[in-house]
Amino acid sequence: MSTATATEARTYPAYSRNLAARLLLNREAAVIVGLVAVYLYAMGNVPFFDGPLTIFNLSKEYAPILLMALPMTLIIITGEIDLSVASTLGASAAITGVLVVEHDLSLPLAALVAILVGALLGALNGFFVAYVGLPSLAVTIGSLALYRGLAEGLIQDKRISGFPEGWQDWPTERIGTSQYPNILIPIAVLVVLFALLLHFTSFGRGVFEIGLSDEAAHFSGVNVARTKLVLFTLSGAVAAFAGVYVALKSNSVATDTGNGFELKVIAGVLLGGVSIFGGRGALHGVVAGVLLIAVLNSALQLDGQGSEVIQIIIGLLLVGSVIASNFLPRIRALIPRRAAASTTAPQTPATGDETRKVSQ
Amino acid sequence: MSTATLHPSQESAATRVVQTLLRSRELAIVIVLALILVVATTRRSSFVFSADGWRDTLLAPSILLLLAVGQMVVVVTRNVDLSVGSTLGITAYATGKIFVSNPETSVLVVFAAGLALGAVVGALNGLLVTVFKVPALVITLGTMYVLRGALTHEVGSDRMTAGDYPAHFEKLGNQQVLTIPVLTIIALVVVALVGYYLHTARGGRELYAIGSDPDAADLYGLPSGRRVLGAFVLCGALAGLAGVFSAARYATAFSGTGSGIELQAVAAVVIGGVAIFGGSGTVWGAAIGAFLLVTINRALPILGISEFWQGAVVGALIIGSIVLDRVLSIRRTHKLVEARDHA
Repeated sequence: MSTATATEARTYPAYSRNLAARLLLNREAAVIVGLVAVYLYAMGNVPFFDGPLTIFNLSKEYAPILLMALPMTLIIITGEIDLSVASTLGASAAITGVLVVEHDLSLPLAALVAILVGALLGALNGFFVAYVGLPSLAVTIGSLALYRGLAEGLIQDKRISGFPEGWQDWPTERIGTSQYPNILIPIAVLVVLFALLLHFTSFGRGVFEIGLSDEAAHFSGVNVARTKLVLFTLSGAVAAFAGVYVALKSNSVATDTGNGFELKVIAGVLLGGVSIFGGRGALHGVVAGVLLIAVLNSALQLDGQGSEVIQIIIGLLLVGSVIASNFLPRIRALIPRRAAASTTAPQTPATGDETRKVSQ
Repeated sequence: MSTATLHPSQESAATRVVQTLLRSRELAIVIVLALILVVATTRRSSFVFSADGWRDTLLAPSILLLLAVGQMVVVVTRNVDLSVGSTLGITAYATGKIFVSNPETSVLVVFAAGLALGAVVGALNGLLVTVFKVPALVITLGTMYVLRGALTHEVGSDRMTAGDYPAHFEKLGNQQVLTIPVLTIIALVVVALVGYYLHTARGGRELYAIGSDPDAADLYGLPSGRRVLGAFVLCGALAGLAGVFSAARYATAFSGTGSGIELQAVAAVVIGGVAIFGGSGTVWGAAIGAFLLVTINRALPILGISEFWQGAVVGALIIGSIVLDRVLSIRRTHKLVEARDHA
C-alpha cells in the first residue's frame, strides 16, 4: 500500500492543535475568563466590592468548599462521586468540638484525631466502592446519612462553643497585613499538591485512565481498586480538615454544620470543566469554578440580593455548563465533517485507506 | 443437541408464586419492617394499637411513598431526579396560594393542579436530560437549586399557615375510611397502578430494558427518549401530588418545605432493592422501602435508641441493603454459571 504520504500527514502533531490553542481554547480557560470578567465587572459596578473585607470574607466563607473540591475533582475524574463529604466535615467538626471543649484535649491533637477519623470514614466509602464493587452514588448517599448521624449522635442537641482562643483565631487572622486569611496557606499547599498528584504523576494518569475505562486501566497496569481507595481516603481526610477549620472559624459546632455543602462542592467541580462521566478535567479549572461561585455570591450579596438568587445562578450555571460541554462538541463534530466532505473531496480515498488499515 | 435448554416449569402456578415470593428481595425488607413493628409494639402497644398510633403508622409514609414510586420509575431507567424536594415545596406553597385566592376551590382541582405543576417540572427535567443527553444527576441537581431558589425568591419569609388552608382540605389530611387514612389510600392506589404498569405493560418493560442497557435499547429500536421523558413527567407529577399531600397533612408551607427529602426518596428506592444503575427492582420494593424508612424513624425512640442516632441508623440501613443486593447478585451469577456448566 502506498500510503506513505498519508501516514506522514497523520502524525499526532499534524492532527492535534498547537500548544497555545490547547491551553486557551478549553473549558478551563472559559471558566477562568468568566471568573475574571465577573470579578472586573463587580469591581466596577458593585458598591463596596473593591473594599478590603470582600476578598477576606469570601476566602473565609469558601475555604471549606475549595478544600473539599480538590479530592472531589480526582474522584469525579475516575467516574465516581462522593456525596458524603459535607457529612464527614460535620462529623469531624463534632469530634473536634467534643474532644477540645468537653475533654480538654489540646487542639492540634484533637484535630489530628478528627482528620484520622475522617480518613477512616473516607476509606470506608472507598472500601465499599473499590473492593465490594458498589456504585459510589448509592454508597455515599448512605454514608451521607450515616456520617451526619454520627455528628448528631455525638453532640445531640447541644451547641458546642468556646474553643481555646489562640487556636480559634488563627485560621481567620490575616497573613501579615494582607487581605488574605491564614487558612489560604494550607489551601495553597494542598492545591499545589493535588495539582502535582493529578497532572504530574503516574498515579494521576491512572486517575484519568480509570475515568475513561475501568477495564482498560486495569489491563494497562493501573491498580484501579487501590487508586479509588486512596482517593476516597484523601477525600475523607481533607473534608475532616475542612471540618476542623469550620469549627474554629465559627467557634461553634452544631448538628447541621456544613449541611448541604456537598452540592456546592460538586457544582464547583462540574462548573470547573470536569466531566461527570469521568476521564476529563483539570485542577486549575476547578479552582476557578469554585472561585467563580464565591465571587458571584459575594457580589450579589453586596448588591443586596438574597441567598436565593445565588442558588438560582449556581443551578443555571451547572445546567448550562454540562449542556455546553456535552452539546457543543457534538455540534462542532458535525460542522467540520461537512466542511471536509465538500472541500477536500480528492483526499477522501486516502482517509478511507487509513481507516481500513486501522480496522485490520 | 437439538433439545431446548430451557424448559417450561414443571411446577404448578401456586408453587411458583410462593417460590418467587420467598426468593424475592422485597421479602427481606418486609421481614425487617415486620420485626421493627413487632418489637416496637411489644415495647409500647400504642405504637400500632392505639387510634393515633395506627393512623400515624399508615399516614406518616404516604408522602414518601409517592416520592419513592416516582423516583423508582426514574431510577430504573438509569437516571435520578434530585429535584423532587423542590417540586414538593413549590406545589405545597402553590396549593396554599390557590386556597387563599379562592377558599371554595374543590379538592379535586387542587390535586389536579399539583399533578399538573409537578408534571411540568418533570417534563422540563426530562427534556433537558433526553434532548441534550446530559446526566440526570447534574441536571436535576441544577434544577433543584433553581427551583428552590425561585420558590424562596417568590415566597421570601412568607409562610402558609393553618388559617390559609380551608377546613375541608385540612380534614382530608386526617380523614380515615375504615380507619385507613385517605392520603394513604391514594398513595397505595398510585403504588398499585404504577407497579402494575411497570410489571406488565409494554411501556413499563421498556423502562427496564432502557435502564439495563441504554445502547442496546436504542439499537433494538425502543423509543428511549420518549420513555425516559415519560418517567420524568411521572416522577414530577407524583412529587407535585406529594406537595399537595404535605400541605394537607401539615397545613403549612414555606420556602424550605421538602428540602432534603429527595435524598430520602433515593434512599427508600435503594433500600427497596432497586439498582441505582437501573434495569432492576420493583415499585413494591421502593414502596416498602419508604414504609421502612419512615417507620424506623418513628420506632427508634421506642426501641431505646436516642432519636439523635436516627440518621446513623438510616445510613447504615442504606449501606447494608446495597451490600445485601451485591451479595445476592453475586450468588445469583454463580448459580447461573453453575447451571450453564452442568447443562
